[in-house]
Amino acid sequence: MADLQYQGHLHNLQKELMAEYYADLTASAEGSGVPAAYLLIGGNPVELLRAFDILPVFPEVNALQLAVRKQSLPHIQAAEFMGYSSDNCAYVKADIGMYFAGRKTPFATIPEPTLLLCNYVGCNVYLDWFGHLSEYTGRPAFQLDIPFIRTQSGTPSRDDIIYVLRQLERLVELCEEITGKRLDQDRLRESVRLSSETGALWSKIKHLTKQAPAPYDAYFDSVTMMAPLYCLRGTPQGLRFFETAYAELAEKAAAGVGPLETERFRYVIEGPPPWPHLRTFRDMFSRWNAVAVASTYSTVGGLWEFGFVHDPDHPMESIARHLLEWNLTNRNFLQRYAQIERYLEEWNASALVIHSVKSCRLFSAGQGDMREYFTKRGIPTLLVESDLEDPRYFSEAQMRNRIDAFFESVGHRTAVQGASS
Amino acid sequence: MNTPVLQESLEELVERCTLAVETPGFAEAEAWKREAPCRAIAGCFPVYSPVELFHAAGMLPVGLAGGGNRMEIAHADSRFQSFVCSIVKSTLEQGMTGALSSFDALIFHSICDPARNLASVYARNFPDQKVEYIHFPQNLGTPEATGYLAREYERVMVSMSELTGRQVSFDDVRASISTYNQVRSVIRDLYAIRSDTPHLLKTRELYPLVRYGHLVPPERHLEVLLRAREGILAREGRPKDRIRALLVGSFCEQPPLDLIAAIEDAGCYLVDDDFLQGRRWFTRDVDAEADDPYYALADAYVDRSVPCAVKHDIRTSKADALVERARVHRADAVIVLCAKFCEPALFEYPLYRKALQAAALPHISLEFEEKMWVFDRIKTEIETFVESLLFS
Ligand code: SF4
Ligand code: SF4
Repeated sequence: MADLQYQGHLHNLQKELMAEYYADLTASAEGSGVPAAYLLIGGNPVELLRAFDILPVFPEVNALQLAVRKQSLPHIQAAEFMGYSSDNCAYVKADIGMYFAGRKTPFATIPEPTLLLCNYVGCNVYLDWFGHLSEYTGRPAFQLDIPFIRTQSGTPSRDDIIYVLRQLERLVELCEEITGKRLDQDRLRESVRLSSETGALWSKIKHLTKQAPAPYDAYFDSVTMMAPLYCLRGTPQGLRFFETAYAELAEKAAAGVGPLETERFRYVIEGPPPWPHLRTFRDMFSRWNAVAVASTYSTVGGLWEFGFVHDPDHPMESIARHLLEWNLTNRNFLQRYAQIERYLEEWNASALVIHSVKSCRLFSAGQGDMREYFTKRGIPTLLVESDLEDPRYFSEAQMRNRIDAFFESVGHRTAVQGASS
Repeated sequence: MNTPVLQESLEELVERCTLAVETPGFAEAEAWKREAPCRAIAGCFPVYSPVELFHAAGMLPVGLAGGGNRMEIAHADSRFQSFVCSIVKSTLEQGMTGALSSFDALIFHSICDPARNLASVYARNFPDQKVEYIHFPQNLGTPEATGYLAREYERVMVSMSELTGRQVSFDDVRASISTYNQVRSVIRDLYAIRSDTPHLLKTRELYPLVRYGHLVPPERHLEVLLRAREGILAREGRPKDRIRALLVGSFCEQPPLDLIAAIEDAGCYLVDDDFLQGRRWFTRDVDAEADDPYYALADAYVDRSVPCAVKHDIRTSKADALVERARVHRADAVIVLCAKFCEPALFEYPLYRKALQAAALPHISLEFEEKMWVFDRIKTEIETFVESLLFS
């Protein structure tokens, strides 16, 4: 058997591919002539940009990279100095602070946008964020309006799909103007095909954690795999990453190897991670031998594990469906409850941890209700609070105490149930 | 319900409206509902709601405006965190304490993330009430936006018709548009009177007169407004030494009436504001004769509506529009008064600040909460601000 070391080849391949991606960003910033479009993670029509050779830039990914490297605070403070409130989403503040600091980061120089493509998939902050960037950069913003899932059926209507398709056509016209090229249908089909295969592999990877022990942590490891999923989707490199990832993780699953020595607790986690304190946060779970078998946050860009695949034969329509229906953030809050419920049952988890994030009301507002819903169903549920970008809102001791007390009680409960059954 | 409005003085009308607005509950709406079978109440969350649709469906669209400062939040705090604005919690609290139990439907919109999640939480907790969510287009520059919104309105109308069992014709919708056009037209007049002669109409009077429309049928509101306008036009008085201030930021959650009074007492004439923005959403009448009245309403949303933090119209700059508004109203200064934790409002501020500074328009930025009781600090801040302008 090859190297079964935890995060072996995969980790190195990810580093290598992301370094190449960031080198492309820097090259664009330094005048390579490749136009860059800013776009957002939620849903996202990256395949369309790929067909035009437009470089996708994800301000959210940049912001979280800054946070992980503990570089976000000065940018957040600079934005607050400009008048942004302590209550505004810190992703936005870190990004705008970074923009005015010359767009230089430890991982890349971020290019000026040629296009600001605001794919409004759920989060209202997106609209403000890109509106402000448009004001500061003087570049055009395109607001791709994606109607939120609001009907009982939980699926978009025909009107919704047509509405989005029409806007995508206008976006194509804009991309044609920017690049001076006509849309090449074959290139579009090809990038959608690459996405389709990538998505299918990602889905298979997600299903691997159904088995015990889970071969990887579906929160802490999944969220790092999200970078190639967005930044490289629709490219051969992106597909190669997920082929490698699936092979390596499937091998671990077959060998019964997981990220922990032993797997004691299987839990589902909701909400974005505290990027500035990711390692510390992870340790708080690892010390209890607790593994996340599923996470809602890893579905912000797409919900492939529940059956979505891009369709190369209907590229535009499948992009529209992805934006509308097949991602977490355009679904309503109760659909998220249902998603968690499925994870608890099908992935065989016994607890729910909710990480409530001050900066992100899209995720967080109302999580008290979510806790009440699951508690009433007999699921041990913990709600902890911090932030995804602003390091000032992480209270380590308090967080550790809450998590310790939680797993202690879940352990006790399991023991009692075991004894009485 | 049947007090003869026409005999009341302006002061009496203001008092009646203030009392109605400050009294918890929805007594007048409930009484209206009891008067005839098949009547229903639709609760409309801010900011803007197409009230004409509900009215045409035989419903009373009641404007939700939070719990004010007399409501204790005892239950909703456990559902929505501390960093969520108050109106989201007080609306849920009203549900949990039975204050909305006579409502047949609740309508939410795509204004912000907490309001959207509230729509779901509300629906889950109150399965007997119909909850609708209206998606307003967020790309007003696309030609498809109007048609899309028109169909969205029709979808909501089908849902309301199911509830009331009433088939609604285009003429019904046209008639409702016409009624609300009249209401909005008088409100526009009152706002113009206040801007021209703020010493003749205080905001603490204008505000309850407008907000009364949240609670009663539009026909009734119109009577009150028309009578109030007569009373105001008969008034006399001389301007005092105050600054003319334009207030923005309070379009959704509403500040307590006493806070509005405190701002005036601190030396300001408020010559324009965005309180209860949804009541004054349109800059001109909606076409009441249109072949397709749904399209007319949607068109008015897209092309004849005021700038607002929760309407993302990149065809124009909201900050430039603010400066222009200040100029039109000859404002000496701008007061940015945002609800605490209201992310859309807070997001406007950096751009407003930049534009106001560039236009050399002094401004002050403040936050409020609907449950505020004490206004001394805010009043002192405004007094100091006003003094700095008057004596500089
Ligand atoms: S509010 Fe949440 S979803 Fe929206 S941009 Fe901020 S972090 Fe992302
Ligand atoms: S006050 Fe602001 S944050 Fe709260 S519901 Fe209204 S728009 Fe949303």
